[in-house]
Amino acid sequence: MTTTGILLLAILILGFLITFQIAKASEYVSVLKGEKKAFEQNNRINAFLMVVFLVLGLIGVWWCNKALYPKTLMPYPAASEHGKNIDTMLMITIAITGIVFLITQILLFWFAYKYQHSEKRQAFFYPHNNKLEVLWTTVPAIALCILVGFGLFYWFRMTGEAPADAMQVEITGKQFGWIYRYPGKDGEFGKKYYRNIDEATGNQLGLIWRDTTIIKKDRHNNPVGEAKLKADPQGFDDLVDNTAMYLVKGKAVKLIINSRDVIHDVGLSHFRLKMDAVPGTPTTMWFTPQYTTDEMKKITNNPKFEYEISCDQMCGNSHYAMRGIIKVVTPEEFILWKAKQKPAYALAFPETVATLAQPAAPVADSAASTQRHP
Amino acid sequence: MSNEALHGHPEVVTTHDVHHDEHHVHHHKETFITKYVFSQDHKMIAKQFLITGMIWAVIGGLMSVLFRLQLGYPDQTFPWLEDILGRWAKGGKISAENYYALVTMHGTVLVFFVLTGGLSGTFANFLIPLQIGARDMASPFMNMLSYWFFFGGSIVMISSLFIQTGPFSGGWTAYPPLSALGDASPGSKTGMDLWITAMAMFVVSSLLGGLNYISTVLNMRTKGMSMTRMPLTMWALFFTAVLGVLSFPVLLSGFILLLFDRHGGTSFYLSDIYIAATKTALPNEGGSAILFQHLFWFLGHPEVYIILLPAMGMASEIISINARKPIFGYMAMVGSMFAITILAFLVWAHHMFVTGLNPFLGSVFVLLTLLIAVPSAIKVFNWLTTIWKANIKFTPGMMFALGFVSLFISGGLTGIFLGNSTLDIHLHDTYFVIAHFHIVMGVSAFFGMFAGIYHWFPKMYGRFMNNTMAYIHFWVTLAGAYLIFWPMHYEGLAGMPRRYLDYTGWESFKQFAELNKFISTVAIIVFAVQLLFIFNFFYSIFKGRKLTKPNPWGATTLEWTTPIRPGHGNWPGEIPEVHRWAYDYSKDGRDFIPQTEPIGPNESHH
Repeated sequence: MTTTGILLLAILILGFLITFQIAKASEYVSVLKGEKKAFEQNNRINAFLMVVFLVLGLIGVWWCNKALYPKTLMPYPAASEHGKNIDTMLMITIAITGIVFLITQILLFWFAYKYQHSEKRQAFFYPHNNKLEVLWTTVPAIALCILVGFGLFYWFRMTGEAPADAMQVEITGKQFGWIYRYPGKDGEFGKKYYRNIDEATGNQLGLIWRDTTIIKKDRHNNPVGEAKLKADPQGFDDLVDNTAMYLVKGKAVKLIINSRDVIHDVGLSHFRLKMDAVPGTPTTMWFTPQYTTDEMKKITNNPKFEYEISCDQMCGNSHYAMRGIIKVVTPEEFILWKAKQKPAYALAFPETVATLAQPAAPVADSAASTQRHP
Repeated sequence: MSNEALHGHPEVVTTHDVHHDEHHVHHHKETFITKYVFSQDHKMIAKQFLITGMIWAVIGGLMSVLFRLQLGYPDQTFPWLEDILGRWAKGGKISAENYYALVTMHGTVLVFFVLTGGLSGTFANFLIPLQIGARDMASPFMNMLSYWFFFGGSIVMISSLFIQTGPFSGGWTAYPPLSALGDASPGSKTGMDLWITAMAMFVVSSLLGGLNYISTVLNMRTKGMSMTRMPLTMWALFFTAVLGVLSFPVLLSGFILLLFDRHGGTSFYLSDIYIAATKTALPNEGGSAILFQHLFWFLGHPEVYIILLPAMGMASEIISINARKPIFGYMAMVGSMFAITILAFLVWAHHMFVTGLNPFLGSVFVLLTLLIAVPSAIKVFNWLTTIWKANIKFTPGMMFALGFVSLFISGGLTGIFLGNSTLDIHLHDTYFVIAHFHIVMGVSAFFGMFAGIYHWFPKMYGRFMNNTMAYIHFWVTLAGAYLIFWPMHYEGLAGMPRRYLDYTGWESFKQFAELNKFISTVAIIVFAVQLLFIFNFFYSIFKGRKLTKPNPWGATTLEWTTPIRPGHGNWPGEIPEVHRWAYDYSKDGRDFIPQTEPIGPNESHH
């Protein structure tokens, strides 16, 4: 153990000893003084501390807000239309719960102080009052109905169907990163099958590029059947990318969310949204970005600002570093960016790009990955 | 039922009991083993639960100190940590693997082993027979088994810390596929098997205990103790046991399916999985990972109330006694606890708003979730009215009970944010959630537990705990709890995700480095003060100020009619008969009227 460790331990033990000695001494004093007197003194001190705690606590709440509010997302506008609704809902909830918080906490600590024990007084025998009880059943019920009403109104707006002209982007989580896929010129995603995934040949999503027969194996590596896959030409022009998700300002986007292994979560804090990525069960979420990344840099006064995708569902040991980026750009920038991208198929089979029109010949190797045993 | 036997012929029963007790005292010399180890006395079993729970609380708390060190000082190393912890802190730094093992174990240990086993196990065992007037539990043997299953589960859980691949590290909620696949996370190898085994034993313990509590409360109340004359602690512990008995089996079934997926080749939770680490596509198709979450939260949400209800019950009782005033709205308190018990089963999917749950289903759960705030509000207003025009004695128990109310309000109100799916979609799995549940079910349940320990310690050991240390414990813990968790709400409002061990790589979350340091420092101080409490507890068992009268707080309930150190069987003579409810404080000019006193001819009616 280093000296710091020993020092810390020594201070801790010393603190304990002193506290213990004081505690023991005060017990002896109370015996000498008489239990009643000692009780009265303790009671007065603690009652007073209740009020001190209340006052300091309320000042603390104000001060904490002053110090930390600028560090939250609230000083800046939400980056999506949905996010603005969520911020409104947040304000309504803060207002209602804030009032209740102040009233109840003030009453609690104030009553504790005011009605401290006194020999001269007796407590008021007051076992029940039906009117009061009905009052504080109905008032919270009405307040909550208001919150439920607003909440569900916004909830159905957000979770309803995406606009028909929304662009589609597929985002797939894996340990530990994100895969983005855009449909090509045909506007359709090609079919994929998870047993067809082969990172070595650049097929990280398992797109079906060739006619393939995959021999299914059980966990002991015994063959239990086969899957005949037919090449899907719709997938030949799909863009697959790991660097960033490009979205267009003012254009609705529908995310199709998948996972390749465990549950992840697409957390978009600036857009105020998130949705789990569940293996085997695709989920969706749509929104309309309001500001480009460059605009947001100016709004937040932070030249390093990025729309970050945080994985919000525990997914393994590098969960904390599973970072993705969304670049919101203008429509012109998006066209330029897209023009520069090559479909994943073209990257995997540069030699066959010329003959894209014809279905490619089956390649036995594409199923190789599934034949390996863990 | 045995009501007849107990109440119909009290003379017969009591003569037998008196005989039995005399027999006990004079002829059966209890050995160390039967008295302290395999004891069937509910009071001793309660103490076993309490002390085991305290050991667990220190371990679980220490884990949080370790990962708070990492969170507060992500760029520093602490070489002395390696001296103490060996491979857990290689190079003086908590690695990602160990960080996740620590947070997972911290959650599991505190939710189940401390705040369920340690809290319910202690106070249901200790108080039920004493407060309803019974000599012991319905089945003392089952009660003993309940503790030893708990102990066995504890040993298995502890042992998982020492295996090669490390303990389970996928979060206390154990969501598959992560928890099902050893190739996805080393903690999901043997560590997860041990975790499931320990949890299965814990569920068995909890069921054995719960069935016992229910049958004891229903069948073994003394003469005159109708259900509506029971103290609120009894109602709370009764509803807690009902919740546990109905929901723990669902959790166990979820774990069994998980075991099948892990070792039997089934696909309940698994589908379409490719593991990059081994470059393998798994054979499982057609399962649903979300199914586990339904099974888990069907227990998981009632579990919150399994933790909270005992604290509510004890706080109600202790506030009433020390306010020298009847609890306001007894029937409303019972009714609201009943409503909470029912609603607890109907809100589980609010943990799953962002799993792709059908939005309409989500909206139903929003409504039901916010509905549960109504009984909670009733309870808070009733507590406030109880201390209105009271004559409050600030015993340590009372202070912790008041602290409980304060924390319950603060944490409960943020639940209204998270129960609303519109806000949850933003705040889910951020520090806002951490702040919310630590305040409302972590710290506040702990406050209920502390209140109970300080209040009933004289009954347990015939001595008082030291007041000065208790007051220091209270003020530092209350202030510390708010200092730790209040600012976390702001981190949540910045979208800062939970379960990250280092935020320095994130442009959106790195602005809280200073705050994280501050929180870690306060957490360490608060933890040290808990050690002071532990010291006070054990010191006072042996050296505390002795009780001189059997009813030190001037309480009306039955446990204070027993001798200062009651033997097995609780009352040396007949079990007292009950004539009134438990809350006749400051009535008709008298400070308190014990439950055992018959209604006087001129007594006012309420």
